[in-house]
Amino acid sequence: MKRYSAFAIAREALRFHSGWERAWKSPEPRRRYEVVIIGAGGHGLATAYYLGKNFGITNVAVIEKGWLGGGNTGRNTTIIRSNYLQDPSAAIYEKSRSLYETLSQDLNYNVMFSPRGVMMLAQTQHEIRGYQRTAHANALQGVDTRFISAREVKELCPIMNIDGPRYPVLGALWQPRGGTARHDAVAWGYARACSDMGMDIIQKCEVTGIRQEEGQVRGVETSKGPIDCSKLGIVVAGHSGRLADMAGFRLPLETVALQALVSEPIKPCMDVVVMANTVHGYMSQSDKGEMVIGGGTDSFNSYTQRGSFHHIEETVRALVETFPMISRLKMLRQWGGIVDVTGDRSPIISKTPLQGCFINCGWGTGGFKAIPGSGWAMAELMAAGQSTLAEEFSLDRFRVGKFIDESVAAGVAH
Amino acid sequence: MLTLQCPYCGVQADETELSAGGEAHIERHGPGSSDEAFEEYLFARENPFGVHFERWRHSYGCGKWFHAARNTVTLEVYGTYPAQTTEPPADIRKRISGVAPGWTWRFLG
Ligand SMILES: Cc1cc2nc3c(=O)[nH]c(=O)nc-3n(C[C@H](O)[C@H](O)[C@H](O)COP(=O)(O)OP(=O)(O)OC[C@H]3O[C@@H](n4cnc5c(N)ncnc54)[C@H](O)[C@@H]3O)c2cc1C
Ligand SMILES: [Zn+2]
Repeated sequence: MKRYSAFAIAREALRFHSGWERAWKSPEPRRRYEVVIIGAGGHGLATAYYLGKNFGITNVAVIEKGWLGGGNTGRNTTIIRSNYLQDPSAAIYEKSRSLYETLSQDLNYNVMFSPRGVMMLAQTQHEIRGYQRTAHANALQGVDTRFISAREVKELCPIMNIDGPRYPVLGALWQPRGGTARHDAVAWGYARACSDMGMDIIQKCEVTGIRQEEGQVRGVETSKGPIDCSKLGIVVAGHSGRLADMAGFRLPLETVALQALVSEPIKPCMDVVVMANTVHGYMSQSDKGEMVIGGGTDSFNSYTQRGSFHHIEETVRALVETFPMISRLKMLRQWGGIVDVTGDRSPIISKTPLQGCFINCGWGTGGFKAIPGSGWAMAELMAAGQSTLAEEFSLDRFRVGKFIDESVAAGVAH
Repeated sequence: MLTLQCPYCGVQADETELSAGGEAHIERHGPGSSDEAFEEYLFARENPFGVHFERWRHSYGCGKWFHAARNTVTLEVYGTYPAQTTEPPADIRKRISGVAPGWTWRFLG
């Protein structure tokens, strides 16, 4: 693989950009791999990457039914933060956030990580108490967050109206090193690095069955024929239930639609990320100048990658009070993804009842921020059989009642 | 937009006047049940790719709970039926078999 650098740009400029090579190979699948990962979203690709980087396992295929990054990874609003309440969540999300800090250098691919700061608005007394509690928890967990006053909110984000009347801003939970990154680049950067290590990323190849003998996984059936493996990782977000069904177990999650929208591009007016959980809306400005807006999920099961229109209306209506200037903006595009929401709103990184088969799912509305940390933990679990970061996220927590209840922190999209 | 006919008041109710109540016909478990039974009852969900049976409430209408048979992939609605039943009525199952032959759902199919 040729490295990307300022020197490479100069070199290519001199020869009319004729020397750039494809970022990753597009091979036909081999008959057998040591490890097969289903799903080339961020989490699947990161899992493969850290299998290679941290454990030297490179005989790996990542199988994707569409195009890589075409699932939720390429559809999200890219908010990155780690100010969760429960210890296991803070540990894995903060690991992830800290990996984002150096991901561009690590992958030699600009993922445009922008730690511009994330604020979660407190707009009710209940939220003030909740976020103060989170700020104290974060202090103990070593996560850098702070509860700030309404005046500080206004200073950090002058376009905001903090006076209400319906939803006055009373303060905010502020994480100065939270922010955003370019979603496609995260998937592409990991894919390029995996391909460079000799892994096969096989796109337009759907897994249609999981083969097993005596409770041990043997491989998968795909639209490009059978592929054998010793270990299998299922990392398919909204489609997790279908894959679990093929493997013969059930999951404590449901698949629902989540939407986002962007406005026409305007001049820079907001250099922080703002989340308003009471009204189920959040917003940031992209580098192109678009205001990126997200809201809540639909309330019923759906695999359509298309949400209900009234949710967009509700989100925008609520945000207009806090951001009066967006009332004049034209909205350019709107889209949806299908997200996998678990009973306690926390993810699953776990062994499964099928030997050799592992699952990573349930990131629901908030797993973009978790991509590096989740891949790190999943690779460790698959290679070494256990992972401290993943331990509390196992499937059996729903049976023994050891939930990681983040429904307050992660009940809405983010 | 999803519209469901309320089987009680007969209104063609628009999504915004309804509340989704999740998977239907779940067997309830009480004190003395095993951990597995509680896990099934509280957390394990069918989450089907296709035919689904759900509970809905006509919240901003007559206020009553009812059931709906729906497709999670096409968003097609197969019909609605009253809450006082432990499984989907035969006529709705027959209608589904007509348009989605080979369908299965938990104990049905
Ligand atoms: C509108 C929206 C906004 C969001 N905003 C944020 C945010 O601001 N911050 C944040 O942290 N998170 C956010 N999220 C959540 C985040 O996008 C997801 O948690 C994350 O991208 C999940 O990544 P993944 O790799 O697990 O899944 P995906 O990226 O969905 O990848 C799964 C892949 O598996 C493939 N697949 C499925 N079935 C098969 C099969 N049978 N065979 C082969 N391949 C298969 C799919 O095609 C897909 O490419 C948002 C999500 C949405 C939809
Ligand atoms: Zn009614």
